[in-house]
Amino acid sequence: MTENQPVTSAAGKAPVPGPLAVLRARFPMGSRIGERFLLGIGLLFASSVLIFAGIEILPGDFAETYLGQSATPQAIANLSAEFGLDQPLVTRYFDWLFNVLHGDFGNSWASGQSVSTQIADRLGNSLILAGAAAIIAVPLAVGLGLLAVLYRDRLVDRLINLISLAAVSLPEFFVAYLLIMVFVVQHPVTAFPATVYDSMTLLEKLQTIILPVATLVLVVIAHMMRMTRAAIINVMASAYMETAELKGIGALRAIVKHAAPNALAPIINVVALNLAYLIVGVVVVEVVFVYPGMGQYMVDAVTVRDLPVVQGCGLVFAAIYILLNMTADILSILANPRLRHPR
Amino acid sequence: MKKTKSTIQKSGLDRRAFLASTAAVGFAATASGLLVPSESQAAEEPQRGGHLVLGLDRGQTTDVLDPGTYTGSAMFLVGFTWGDRLVTTDPVSGEALPSLAESWTSSEDAKVWTFKLRKDVRFHDGTPFTVNDAAQTLRRHSDKDSTSAALGLLKGIETIEEKGGDLVITLKNGNADLPLTLTDYHLQIQKNGGMDDPNNAIGTGPYKLESFEPGIRITFSKNEDDWNEDRGFVDSVEVLVINDNTARIAALSSGKVHFINTLSPKTMPLLSRAPNIETISTKGKGFYSFLMQGDTAPFDNNDLRMALKLAIDREALLKTVLGGYGTLGNDYPVNDAYALAPTDIPQRAYDPEEAAHYYKKSGHEGPILLRTSDGAFTGAIDASVLFQANAKKAGIDIQLQREPSDGYWSNIWNKKPFVAAYWGGRATQDLRYTTSQLSTAPWNDTHFNDPEFDKMLLVARAETDQEKRRALYREMAIKVRDNSGLILPVFNNFLNARSVKMKGWIDDVGNDLSNGQLASRAWLVS
Repeated sequence: MTENQPVTSAAGKAPVPGPLAVLRARFPMGSRIGERFLLGIGLLFASSVLIFAGIEILPGDFAETYLGQSATPQAIANLSAEFGLDQPLVTRYFDWLFNVLHGDFGNSWASGQSVSTQIADRLGNSLILAGAAAIIAVPLAVGLGLLAVLYRDRLVDRLINLISLAAVSLPEFFVAYLLIMVFVVQHPVTAFPATVYDSMTLLEKLQTIILPVATLVLVVIAHMMRMTRAAIINVMASAYMETAELKGIGALRAIVKHAAPNALAPIINVVALNLAYLIVGVVVVEVVFVYPGMGQYMVDAVTVRDLPVVQGCGLVFAAIYILLNMTADILSILANPRLRHPR
Repeated sequence: MKKTKSTIQKSGLDRRAFLASTAAVGFAATASGLLVPSESQAAEEPQRGGHLVLGLDRGQTTDVLDPGTYTGSAMFLVGFTWGDRLVTTDPVSGEALPSLAESWTSSEDAKVWTFKLRKDVRFHDGTPFTVNDAAQTLRRHSDKDSTSAALGLLKGIETIEEKGGDLVITLKNGNADLPLTLTDYHLQIQKNGGMDDPNNAIGTGPYKLESFEPGIRITFSKNEDDWNEDRGFVDSVEVLVINDNTARIAALSSGKVHFINTLSPKTMPLLSRAPNIETISTKGKGFYSFLMQGDTAPFDNNDLRMALKLAIDREALLKTVLGGYGTLGNDYPVNDAYALAPTDIPQRAYDPEEAAHYYKKSGHEGPILLRTSDGAFTGAIDASVLFQANAKKAGIDIQLQREPSDGYWSNIWNKKPFVAAYWGGRATQDLRYTTSQLSTAPWNDTHFNDPEFDKMLLVARAETDQEKRRALYREMAIKVRDNSGLILPVFNNFLNARSVKMKGWIDDVGNDLSNGQLASRAWLVS
């Protein structure tokens, strides 16, 4: 945000606009996106510091926790020396940062494997799972939201609300167990465990992940559906919708053509939030279905304080979160011309 | 047996009645055995072929193939699937048996050991197994800069040499148990000892490693050139890491895997009702314990230690927390699964009055803080609450502090004065005591310090007369039982389950998962 300071000071002291202000006036969208981008990078740094500090605060270091009950002072000393755990905190952070800025995420302390290769593998799996769930859940949720508004306060609306609320009220592991009970144990029709391997084709992978995808769809759909419904209903109360109705436009057309575009911003935001959750927050579903995604990888690394892996995963998660939120913001701005020219 | 288990659950028989009823079953079985031949697994001829799938817990993405790092059950089994040790153990008696070493002799003082190795064995890559490979393996694990978990075990080794085609190990002090020490699961023999690449998993075991995705899936194919024909019955083995308990049970119930490990005592009777599933309860050497540091106040007072030992209801703990799947402990870390275990030491029982007497004598007043965690052992919180209630009847006020499982073994155990803890078995009594009762041991988690005991341990270690050893171990057990800070209420059984399609399971006193050798012993009904 440093580039903001000259702007405000320029505005305060002299009426002549600075070069940055000129740029902003010239390319309002471009400069806003640029600002967001820089802010995102700043946030990434901040989160890397936070993760580093967080792991440091956790009791026990890598050498102790990795060896666990089989730790001897000799073995701990050997491991600590090997990974430079005896160095001061700040030195270790800047060593790590230096390497990352040179594109080197380092090797996992526990397995000795390259962190970036492993993350690439795991991230691929997480993206397949999240992507499959999103392709089903997002259109379904928005469609159901529209339907609910169209049949507002009638049986369809009530049913949609009831079912989606029930699905979101159950914890995700419970939904998962229910699906396993019905579709694996009682009527064995789907694959289980939903473990995917490198040797599988994409189609095989998609067949294997039916159950986790179904679980995730059930878990995220209610939030998006209800937000869609609320946002559109909010717009429906405005004067121009009343005019549209008085003009004699059909309900569906009024909603799709006039209400929905004006309700886009909050819907985009909630979709982005749920997409981020689908990628970074599904460790419980991963565990239950034995799915090799990012979440399980990071949790395993945290339990043994495998810092390079935790840092790598943390950065990727933060980047995904920031990127999705940024995209949502930009899309909202694009969808609403009033936001493009801030006062 | 299945029926007996479910009756216990329903009628809540106590242990004595349970023993009586099992004795009756045993009698009935022998009597009826004359008329109807009972289905006995040992008598069945193993079938060859098939794809064996095992669903195991405690595997992580951080696992590596270097056997020196193995801790969880998944990698424990993986090691036995691709590897062989020099010496193996008898599943029933726990005695040392030949494996890659076909025979061994020792000097009078048990200091110099000569191992004759097999000459007909090839590694998975086709190269012949030599004395050098065995020597290099032991060197890698015993080097002073080694990070191997077996480093502590091999500390007593002075030199490892090849002499006249044999492996000669010279020890600093005599150790009659050296062959059993070499049965440790970290000591899988690798090509050139793994010096080139500790993670190469090139061994001489019944299966060759095909693919390794740590914490996810590990696959093996049959080693067609196996030196041992009495094992490795299936064509391929797949280990699926399923850390979630419910998911493991679902995988077995739906027939996706043939075997799962680590069941909770509560699910055992439920699962045994399923028609295609057999539950397996195997006696083990591991135990649940509460540890007092004997040199830290207030536990530096033996009267207080004795009061607490008498203030725990072992029978109730065995019945409620373990669901009966275990055996009573007697405050020394050895049970009859160990060779030369003492048999006639009176069982300590719950006695609130006697406990109150010792408590008064100790002069201690005020609450006693016990740290506990689910990470200590399955049901540790329940066990601690039960202990608290038992002790209250003796007028002892135990306060519980719940600690996170994460980091429990590095921050609480062996650091705080009074904690709940779990210990797995060791190959021998000597190793058991050396690990955690010898005053100089880093894992002496009760801070037991008895010079007499230390001396007896060393004498027993070098003693080759078995009866003299047995007598020494008996005396040592009594010392630990009556003076140390170890409260050992129960030994737990290993609880597993298999599909009826998988056979060949052998109860092995050595360790869980048929002492790690499940994949090499199991076969599938076609």
